[in-house]
Amino acid sequence: MFYGFSAAWLIVIIYVVLLALREGKLRRELDRVRQMVEKR
Amino acid sequence: MRNKILFALAAFAAALIVRNLYVIFFVLGDEQNQGAIWRIFEFHFPAGILGLGGFIVATIFSILYLVGNDLRFDSISASIIEVSLVFAAIVLVTGSIWARIIWGVWWAWDARLTSMLICWLIFAGYLMLRRAIEEPTQRARLSAVVSIFGGIDAIIVYKSIEWYRTQHPGPVLTIRGANDAMPEVWQHTAYWNLLAMTCLAIILVMVRMRQEGVSREIDSMRRLAHSY
Repeated sequence: MFYGFSAAWLIVIIYVVLLALREGKLRRELDRVRQMVEKR
Repeated sequence: MRNKILFALAAFAAALIVRNLYVIFFVLGDEQNQGAIWRIFEFHFPAGILGLGGFIVATIFSILYLVGNDLRFDSISASIIEVSLVFAAIVLVTGSIWARIIWGVWWAWDARLTSMLICWLIFAGYLMLRRAIEEPTQRARLSAVVSIFGGIDAIIVYKSIEWYRTQHPGPVLTIRGANDAMPEVWQHTAYWNLLAMTCLAIILVMVRMRQEGVSREIDSMRRLAHSY
């Protein structure tokens, strides 16, 4: 039973971590592109 | 404002999940034949509803995109599908663990399990397709078509336990007209957990949609930069 509960929450936690990593990557990319546009 | 809604929803979901876990582990008794393992149902069922429900809702948004060519519908559809895929993975994994204990096997190629796996693979393919196509309108159009195939399969998955009598049990909830429904208190706990997990799904979809918005902004700024 505990394996089932652990597996379910592990999947959610992994997805939340991936979502947070993507958020950071997108913010950095947005800043980079903004700077690129401002320079031009 | 949006962040406040997210935090309020997260606090509500967290409180509800703690309450539900307490009820599942300390209040509800064991099932006569299955023992303690039946409790997995309390997560298996809400995850299934959110996975399949999400796929169907996302398919509706995909159809709306094809009708109106509004890229916002494509973003909503993609966000819902990604989150639904997480819940569908939970269904497959918890179901497999449950099957190992009760049936003695990790997997059976019965109608419900097989159609669910196909559904998961179709939507995993949907996300891969989106990564492979750069041009936004072409990506939205092709992925919307794939989403329709997946949406049809999601309906088949939902109805499969009524249409085919194979390994997977038939309906066990009163709302679905089960002949041998499980005790009401178990059903109510499952609905409370569905509410908690729905809040969690809404939070994840909102965050994912915000990311889609940022991606669109990056795309348009890139186009602007290259047009100089």
